[in-house]
Amino acid sequence: MKAKIAAAPYLVWMVLFILVPLGVVVYFAFTTADGAFTLDNITEFAAYLPVFVRSLLFAVAATVICLVIAYPFSFMLSRMRLNHQRTVQMLVMLPMWMNFLLRTYAWMTLLENNGLINKFLALFGLGPLQMINTGGAVVLGMVYNYLPYMILPLYTVMVKIDQSVVEAAQDLGCNTLQMTAKVLMPLSVPGIVAGITMVFVPSVSTFIISRMLGGGNNLMMGDLIEMQFLGNSLNYNLGSAMSLVLMVVVLICMSITHVLGNEDVEEVM
Amino acid sequence: MRSRYGKALKTAYLIALFGFLYVPIAVLIVFSFNESKSRTVFTGFTLDWYKNLFHNEMILSALGTSLLIAVVSSVLVTILGTLAAIGIHSMKKRARSTITTISHIPNVNPEIITGVSMMLLFVGFKNIFGTNIFGIPTLIVSHITFNLPIVIFSVLPKLRQMDIRLYEAALDLGCNPRQAFFKAVLPEIMPGIISGLLMSFTYSMDDFVISYFTAGNVMTLPIAVYSMTRKKVSPEINALSTILFIIILSVVLISNAAGERKEKKNRAQ
Amino acid sequence: MKKSLAFFLAVLLMAVFFVPAAGAQVTVEEGYDYTRFAGEDVTLNVYNWGLYISDGTDDSMDVVKEFEELTGIRVNYTTFDTNESLYSKLKSGGGEYDVIIPSDYMIGKMIREDMLEKLDFANIPNYAMIGDAYKTEEYAEYSVPYTWGVVGIVYNTTMVDDPVTSWESLWDPRYTGQILMFNNSRDAYAIASKKLGLSLNPADESEVALATEELKAQKSLVQAYVMDEIFDKMEGGEAALAPYYAGDALIMIEENPDLAFCIPVEGTNFFVDAMCIPKGCKNKEAAEMFINFMCETEIALANTEFIGYSTPQTEAVARLPEELKNSPIMYPSEDVMATTEIFSVLPEELAQAMDKQWSDVRSYDESGSSRYMIPIVLVLTVAVIILILRNRAIKRFRDDY
Repeated sequence: MKAKIAAAPYLVWMVLFILVPLGVVVYFAFTTADGAFTLDNITEFAAYLPVFVRSLLFAVAATVICLVIAYPFSFMLSRMRLNHQRTVQMLVMLPMWMNFLLRTYAWMTLLENNGLINKFLALFGLGPLQMINTGGAVVLGMVYNYLPYMILPLYTVMVKIDQSVVEAAQDLGCNTLQMTAKVLMPLSVPGIVAGITMVFVPSVSTFIISRMLGGGNNLMMGDLIEMQFLGNSLNYNLGSAMSLVLMVVVLICMSITHVLGNEDVEEVM
Repeated sequence: MRSRYGKALKTAYLIALFGFLYVPIAVLIVFSFNESKSRTVFTGFTLDWYKNLFHNEMILSALGTSLLIAVVSSVLVTILGTLAAIGIHSMKKRARSTITTISHIPNVNPEIITGVSMMLLFVGFKNIFGTNIFGIPTLIVSHITFNLPIVIFSVLPKLRQMDIRLYEAALDLGCNPRQAFFKAVLPEIMPGIISGLLMSFTYSMDDFVISYFTAGNVMTLPIAVYSMTRKKVSPEINALSTILFIIILSVVLISNAAGERKEKKNRAQ
Repeated sequence: MKKSLAFFLAVLLMAVFFVPAAGAQVTVEEGYDYTRFAGEDVTLNVYNWGLYISDGTDDSMDVVKEFEELTGIRVNYTTFDTNESLYSKLKSGGGEYDVIIPSDYMIGKMIREDMLEKLDFANIPNYAMIGDAYKTEEYAEYSVPYTWGVVGIVYNTTMVDDPVTSWESLWDPRYTGQILMFNNSRDAYAIASKKLGLSLNPADESEVALATEELKAQKSLVQAYVMDEIFDKMEGGEAALAPYYAGDALIMIEENPDLAFCIPVEGTNFFVDAMCIPKGCKNKEAAEMFINFMCETEIALANTEFIGYSTPQTEAVARLPEELKNSPIMYPSEDVMATTEIFSVLPEELAQAMDKQWSDVRSYDESGSSRYMIPIVLVLTVAVIILILRNRAIKRFRDDY
């Protein structure tokens, strides 16, 4: 068929600007500055294990918190009247339409030592709490920025769950918890998996949120990579090795969740 | 008794969630009208920050650059992506699934890695050919790259929904393949193309991470915002956020109302 | 879909809202033809430190706009926040710039790596007005000094108990979580070295390693590693102590009178930031015109008053208000200056060791909790995998029925 040719420019583009750049990253990861083969970049990475572990922990924490917050909400949303559903969905999406730098900046001003939250706490004789420049602030920033990414796929799945299934479970004597565990959860797996993917990947690789809310004391993988390319310690080879490791980790995490779930995930995303 | 308790809980949960989503934005907006630069004490009402913002040439030119890049890249990516979708659609199942999987790479890959890998590619280009292409060209290329999957995956479903007999009928009625495409196929997939165009325009305007690595000495709006947050922060940022938010809000409300009216009309028919 | 439409219109409306403003005229030295590029559509890419030029806010002079109006040259003005990131950007070839303003040691490094153009001083007659004390011999052919200053400690008098006189204060556990620290290797290492009584130009790797240990020990006290974010944090009382450049300290004190500045007794760094033209500059003569313009008395005066850094331009110094001219922050006494040291260009292996160890400092986990975390993460991974296998087994079992 002739129509196949239509995809040719795209294929060329894909090879040139997706596959070749990734190849370049791999090349840099395994060479020295002079171009000789080496494994040093990968082994040197071991020194940054704490940062790596911190990134994973923060991202996992943010993902779990997002899931816990979003799950009941998405269910409620999917059981609302149709015209309410649209309004509420819009209200959830609205903050996401602002640039994420501005959203993160908003939290910067709230969390400061002399910020509004501490001023508010002081009214009750509490605080001041050190909130900005802590790991907690970074996780909070991730949750705030990526929460809608969790809500939307969950909602997409749940809106398809027939109310009669839920009612049947309740009629058969399930309480809310049992109903959630036995009926809702299994039926919403594709949404959960898509949501986890969409929150975890940007969280584990962020460098803006940790920089703006973590004060540089809570360095993440993204910060380290940025430092090697445009920051203090110019070293493309080490930076590429770090990128490669991050990419592999993300791929592993993704395949784990995809195996856990099933094939419908892509449709939800 | 139990259900009343449950209902109160539900309401409290919804209030907390929307509070979490909107309080930061509300605070940003309120302090854009603050007379002093303080971010915690409201000293008096002023519109000065808006006036300053409209005279801020850095923001103005960054906005211009962002618009240029977004328009050019979204138009190009829509053409390229639509062609690709048509090509992919006509492929055999196996080739199709391989290509769609690879097309997902920029979606699943952390943004920072896409940015870094493209930067390495352009650096390599410069080292090999001796010409520096960093700037608008690299921004357009990278924006096209991360927007391609978005266009493809918004056109593909429309192609799938389309009845292939439509195209065949057009051929039978004496159209040549080209006419058949423009008269029968294109109108069918138009909604997908338009949504792809608008989405890629938005993502292009909004992107920070990938642009940060591929921008060279060019400043897009998000990069300008980033450099503003790294300096002495001025309430001009709040003013910028407010303007964006209010415009977004009103447009969403209008399009929502329009959508509702259309739906009502459909139901009436 | 809706998101895009909203954003599209938002941007469109914003574009309509923006209106350009007009500026005032500036007097320049006679006999220099500033208009020779007018109408030629020349664009200069200027790369400067953040908050390092009089930019028109608070009724100051908008220097860039004055230059554009005078010459008809368009200026693409962007900013960096550390010498090292400037270097990275230039090295990647990602940034093509016509005028850059690095500090002394970075100029030396760039000369060594053949990254700078020699200047044609016939195009920069105002160079004659730059004080000789600030012209470093080995950089002189390549650079025109823009500002100079020293590094000291900015502190909030309401938040510290004793007067701050020494770098030791930045290691004082009483101020845990209230200390800000430089987010660049060279300045951070200089402080650690000076605290140890060493030169801020380490002689060998063991001196770098000593400073690294000092910085690691300090990490648990530090609230944040910052550059220009310091303005907001110190002015807003977010932190008690922070090392920073004298000029910026002056501006901070102006905003918040509770702040004070001290030049520690152990001695400190004396730096000169100078304008250079990197290799690859498209229009060198126009770039030199910009440099000359920055050395105009009125411009130098406007800049120095706005950014607080001391100017090396002698005419401008003479015209400074008395309180600035006599300010011990802007123009420290001879005795203080005698304790200062200028950064030299480090040998490549020392510079690399410093950059690498700085990454270690930044990623070092002072609580050591990551040691427990690694096994925990491993256990979690195993648990997840077991869960998956179990799930699959159940599924297969079910499917068999």
